[in-house]
Amino acid sequence: MIESKNISKIYKTGETDFFALKNISFKIEDGEFVAIMGPSGSGKSTLMHILGALDTPSEGKYFLDGQDVSTLSDDELADIRKSKIGFVFQVFNLLPRATVLRNVMLPLVYAGVEKETRKKVAEKAMFAVGLEEDHFYHLSNQLSGGQTQRVAIARALVNEPSLILADEPTGNLDTKTGEIVIQTFQKLNLEQGKTIILITHEQEVAQYAKRIIHIRDGQIIDDKKTEMKK
Amino acid sequence: MKIGDIFEETYSALSSNKIRSSLTILGIVIGIASVIILISIGQGASGSIQSNIESIGSNLIIVSPGVQRGAGTMVSSGRGSAKSLKLTDAEAIASEISGIKAVAAEVSGRYQITAKGQNTNTTVDGTVPDYATVRNLEIESGSFLSQQNIENASKVAVIGPSVRDDLFGEDVDPVGQTIKINKIQFKIIGLTKEKGGAGFGSQDDMIFIPISTAQRFLSGNEYVTSINVAAVDAESTSIVQQEITDLLLEKHNIADSTLADFSTMNQADLLSSATSITDTLTMLLGAVAGISLVVGGIGIMNMMLTSVTERTKEIGLRKAIGAKRKDINLQFFTEAVSLTFLGGAIGILMGWSVAFILTYFNILTASVSLSSVLLAFGVSTAIGIIFGYYPARRASQLNPIDALRYE
Ligand SMILES: Nc1ncnc2c1ncn2[C@@H]1O[C@H](COP(=O)(O)OP(=O)(O)OP(=O)(O)O)[C@@H](O)[C@H]1O
Ligand SMILES: [Mg+2]
Repeated sequence: MIESKNISKIYKTGETDFFALKNISFKIEDGEFVAIMGPSGSGKSTLMHILGALDTPSEGKYFLDGQDVSTLSDDELADIRKSKIGFVFQVFNLLPRATVLRNVMLPLVYAGVEKETRKKVAEKAMFAVGLEEDHFYHLSNQLSGGQTQRVAIARALVNEPSLILADEPTGNLDTKTGEIVIQTFQKLNLEQGKTIILITHEQEVAQYAKRIIHIRDGQIIDDKKTEMKK
Repeated sequence: MKIGDIFEETYSALSSNKIRSSLTILGIVIGIASVIILISIGQGASGSIQSNIESIGSNLIIVSPGVQRGAGTMVSSGRGSAKSLKLTDAEAIASEISGIKAVAAEVSGRYQITAKGQNTNTTVDGTVPDYATVRNLEIESGSFLSQQNIENASKVAVIGPSVRDDLFGEDVDPVGQTIKINKIQFKIIGLTKEKGGAGFGSQDDMIFIPISTAQRFLSGNEYVTSINVAAVDAESTSIVQQEITDLLLEKHNIADSTLADFSTMNQADLLSSATSITDTLTMLLGAVAGISLVVGGIGIMNMMLTSVTERTKEIGLRKAIGAKRKDINLQFFTEAVSLTFLGGAIGILMGWSVAFILTYFNILTASVSLSSVLLAFGVSTAIGIIFGYYPARRASQLNPIDALRYE
């Protein structure tokens, strides 16, 4: 479960303070599928970095599964990310010149999982996102955009995190490929009960979620449950 | 992160940019190879100078006329230019000082030598039979000078192999032939064995005649140009040297030893001053090579810093999926150390081969010592550690968000 209490993120630009996020408060229960929408520059990525324990808020508190994350050190944050969170980014998701398998296994390397078990766990994750076996040994820069994103989702899954965060995962894809990727997220949410927070500015993508939060100028302007498109 | 994983990462990072990695390694290879080669040349030179000095005799003390000088300056001080030593000095040393194996006075000078139309210019040494003992001379054919030759002032000569080569050609036995020294005819009675060694101390390019003959027909006076004394063993050389000094001072009626009209030189002193010169030379050569090693190290640092900048996004990604500071630090650090380690290993092999080739083809004597190899290896690894530390630290301290947002 996620709880943010009056989170603000302040960037100092010269003399004036710039509020990238301003008094954000919300709760996300386990198993939810939330889309965060808003125009460019509204603070979506900034929010996701805080939710993903990549960054800490300037003000306010952020609780992840009841633990206060807002005051942790660099390495403690790394531990949280390693065990609880999986990321999917818009671009530069995979290590170039490394095979798909190696990319998916990378979080297991940092988690100190034994070499023998890594491959099995990675294969399971790759099957779960619908990747076929003959892609496992392709180099990551030889994949299509849709395949790349599914490999990224598999990698986000591999540590069995409770929360998956995706920052515009379909931003670089055409509508049809984007749909396949978004359905992959939906499947994980419905079948495995993963909490998914997805950032997008496309209405069509957001429709697949169960709840949509709109932000503008660093503030929540709308937060409502919707009918999930299947 | 496990050790195996770190090496896998290192391998993949270095092999993904082979040209840049190889050029960086090359910098270290050149540095290490030149350290090995230059030090081995220095040590080779020191070894051959040492064996040269040792070949002139063993436990040798040389008494020369003229002012007292430092042992090292003897080499060029024009021995025999002053006239203060006589045969009687040599006889006094032989009879009054104990712990002496043999004493041999000599009168030497350079003269024109002719034989069968061939001619050469070389050192002619008037000396006594004991000279062979004192200077470790061996006879290849015929015999060395005898006591009889001295007493009769016979016109006989023993020649060195280089002189033989010049006058008669290689592999010819010159015994029984005649040569003219300063237009006076001499009969050759012996040929010395080749001793090797060039320049100072080489006795291959010499002619030996009886000292009495030399004084009467060549120098025309009763003085000698040096007295060679062999002590019975290494321990007694310095005592014997002191006793010779005391004896000659007394004989020459000189009270103040700083005004002595002769100088004594101990082979061990000569050796140690030569060694200290060659050691300095070796160090100097090593330092010059060390500079290129530092340049190579800067190359490593440059490559690592470029690589950290280029891979900023990768670092951000790795951090996002759970890499800690120490994981990133270790990854980049291992890359730098691997580069220098590889460069060091190749450099040592290369330096070793070059030293071997130089020696094999007689271009230079180069001897590679284990200590210089260990030194080079230690230095190259240390350079990896020093020049890899900063880039790795910089990579590990990147903020994951800044790294992810980096364009
Ligand atoms: N390090 C920083 N220093 C100063 N301002 C920053 C910094 N990082 C982000 N910002 C500002 O914070 C605001 C929110 O940025 P953010 O990346 O969260 O927007 P976004 O909603 O993700 O936009 P987009 O849809 O274009 O990705 C922007 O105005 C941006 O300029
Ligand atoms: Mg963004």
